[in-house]
Amino acid sequence: MPIVKRFTVMTDFWSHFPPKNTRTHEACGPSAPAFAAALAGHLCGANGKTVFWLRESWQGAQLNPVGFASYLDPKQLLIAQTARQIDALAAAEEALRSGHIALVVIELSQRIGLSEGRRLQLAAQEGDAMGLCLLPEDMGSNAAQTRWRCTPVFDVSGAAADSTLQNWKIIKNKSGTLTSWNVKWHAQTRRINVVSKPAQR
Amino acid sequence: MRKRVVSMWFPNLPSDRVLRAGALNGDDTRPFVVTHHAKNTDRIYCLNNAAAAQGLHRDMGFSDARAYCPDLQSCPADPIADARFLQMLARWGKRYCPWVGIDGVDGLLLNIAGSAHLFGGEDAMLDDMRGRLSRAGLQGRVAVADTRGAAWALTHFGQRAQGADIAHLPVAALRLDAKTDATLQRLGLRKIADLTALPRATIARRFGPDVVLRLDQATGARDEDISPLKDAPNYGVRMTLPDPIGLSGDVMAGAERLLERLCAKLKDQDMGARKLQLHLRRVDQAAQVVELRLAAPMRDAARILPLFERGVGEVDAGYGIDQIRLTAIQVESLPKAQITHGVATRTQGIDDLITRIGNRIGLDNIHRFLPADSHIPERSFQIAAAAYSRAEGAWAALRPRPLQLFAPEPIAGAGARPPQHFRWRRMALTVGHATGPERIAPEWWLTDDNWRSGLRDYWKVDTVQGRRLWLYYTPQNPGWFVQGEFA
Repeated sequence: MPIVKRFTVMTDFWSHFPPKNTRTHEACGPSAPAFAAALAGHLCGANGKTVFWLRESWQGAQLNPVGFASYLDPKQLLIAQTARQIDALAAAEEALRSGHIALVVIELSQRIGLSEGRRLQLAAQEGDAMGLCLLPEDMGSNAAQTRWRCTPVFDVSGAAADSTLQNWKIIKNKSGTLTSWNVKWHAQTRRINVVSKPAQR
Repeated sequence: MRKRVVSMWFPNLPSDRVLRAGALNGDDTRPFVVTHHAKNTDRIYCLNNAAAAQGLHRDMGFSDARAYCPDLQSCPADPIADARFLQMLARWGKRYCPWVGIDGVDGLLLNIAGSAHLFGGEDAMLDDMRGRLSRAGLQGRVAVADTRGAAWALTHFGQRAQGADIAHLPVAALRLDAKTDATLQRLGLRKIADLTALPRATIARRFGPDVVLRLDQATGARDEDISPLKDAPNYGVRMTLPDPIGLSGDVMAGAERLLERLCAKLKDQDMGARKLQLHLRRVDQAAQVVELRLAAPMRDAARILPLFERGVGEVDAGYGIDQIRLTAIQVESLPKAQITHGVATRTQGIDDLITRIGNRIGLDNIHRFLPADSHIPERSFQIAAAAYSRAEGAWAALRPRPLQLFAPEPIAGAGARPPQHFRWRRMALTVGHATGPERIAPEWWLTDDNWRSGLRDYWKVDTVQGRRLWLYYTPQNPGWFVQGEFA
């Protein structure tokens, strides 16, 4: 039964996460910031590298470092605010290329073209870093390596008051299949736990 | 060239400094003293003329002085501010001559040889000095003589009517210590003329070499230096080119040579540049300026040079550039530091990155979070400019805090428990679990308009639709708001 075996290998979460380094990825959906924070915690939690988070200054919601601290020590976080998206992209390119940043998170509000997306890919490749664009729904660029849709999921068991159950679904993948997982962030150990899906009734 | 030394003495420098700032609202007929704490009591350090007219004097106990003079105004002494003020006066003195030194804590020395004619002669110059000092509200005594010692004697002991001869002045005018002065007085040597009448060998044997030295310095037999103030270091270098250049590679090569010279200068002074300006003068006299703001004080030419690349690339060279000037506009002290392995290079790389990005989007727009000691969610952290702060402090959250915070958005709801159904951002949400309340009281010692509504009871609400929101209820002004979203 070779097909079944291949299927089980491909749905393995840890072969898809963290997504490929030296590439730029995209995340959308209400839990996209949580995805970025979990990725930052996964990539930089142990090695002490820096995460660069770029956002446009007019955006109302801001990252709360006290909440972020359960993913990654805010010491390792740098925030840049730009007036326009084009500045954010330029700064992201610079940061990706520098080689001193492990992850660059860019909050985008407008669709980016193929050339901008490609430039981010090249910069990530040159600086051996990972880029992650946080986008509104349906605004992805074709240049992205993978795109994840992240939605929070109501934890029916209700056991833990600080449950972070969410659904991460790959909706675009240049080299692989599209799958989805339910995951939780475990704040004490600072790692991602994959939750098995409840049986269908 | 013969020296001509002007000595300026400000007998009431501390009190004049305070009064200039308007301590008595310009009414100098009221007695005023500056006090200091010495010998276990507050004493008068300096006093104005009105206070002296009331019979007060220096080193008098302050409580005694207040008994004499009940409406006495006072102010504690600040010798550091006085010294700074004297430095300012020395800088002002440079309008008369370039050679200005500081004499003790309350005097200036100017070597005006060769510059007096610019003011219409020595007398006119001294009158000008006196006029300007009195207009500035400073009591100053000014005298000129051939030597520093004689000029000092004239300002401290001379009368203007008696002319410039120091022979009739008391021996104390020779800058002797109090003990020697008393000994000389006791022997009947009251005036300098009495002392010069004696054989030198006798003076040296009886009173030590100091008296002879001071006498020689006053008469000019022995030279005495005035050490002028140092000029503030100038962190600027420039290069003028025989032929105009236009390629950005050439400009960078020029900048490299200038940077090496500037960095050597900075290294001598233990300083680091914070803001640099590369001034490129073109053949047609127009100038192009490239500014570079650095994320950390730096004096490493090899690291600064690549940071100029972007700015130099944007320069319009026109017909060519024939002068390059590099100035460190803003410098900070950068003491020599131990070179450590590993850690330093990483932060240096990030500093360079902050510089490069900061020159595009503004250095103040790159932030880092610092923990703050407050229960108020918006104030439990500080946002600091990354270039001017260091990442430090421990983050602690006793209760789960949302990943994102936003300005409170009102929702419909009544009662102290979260509403079962509510609409938020055009979504109909149903509450699955609610955890709370966590009561947070406003900080009464700070006025914060957002907290006018009083206490807040925070609830973490897991909706059946999935979103996990941070709601709060204000019991003093009933209402429900959404302030944050959890992961």
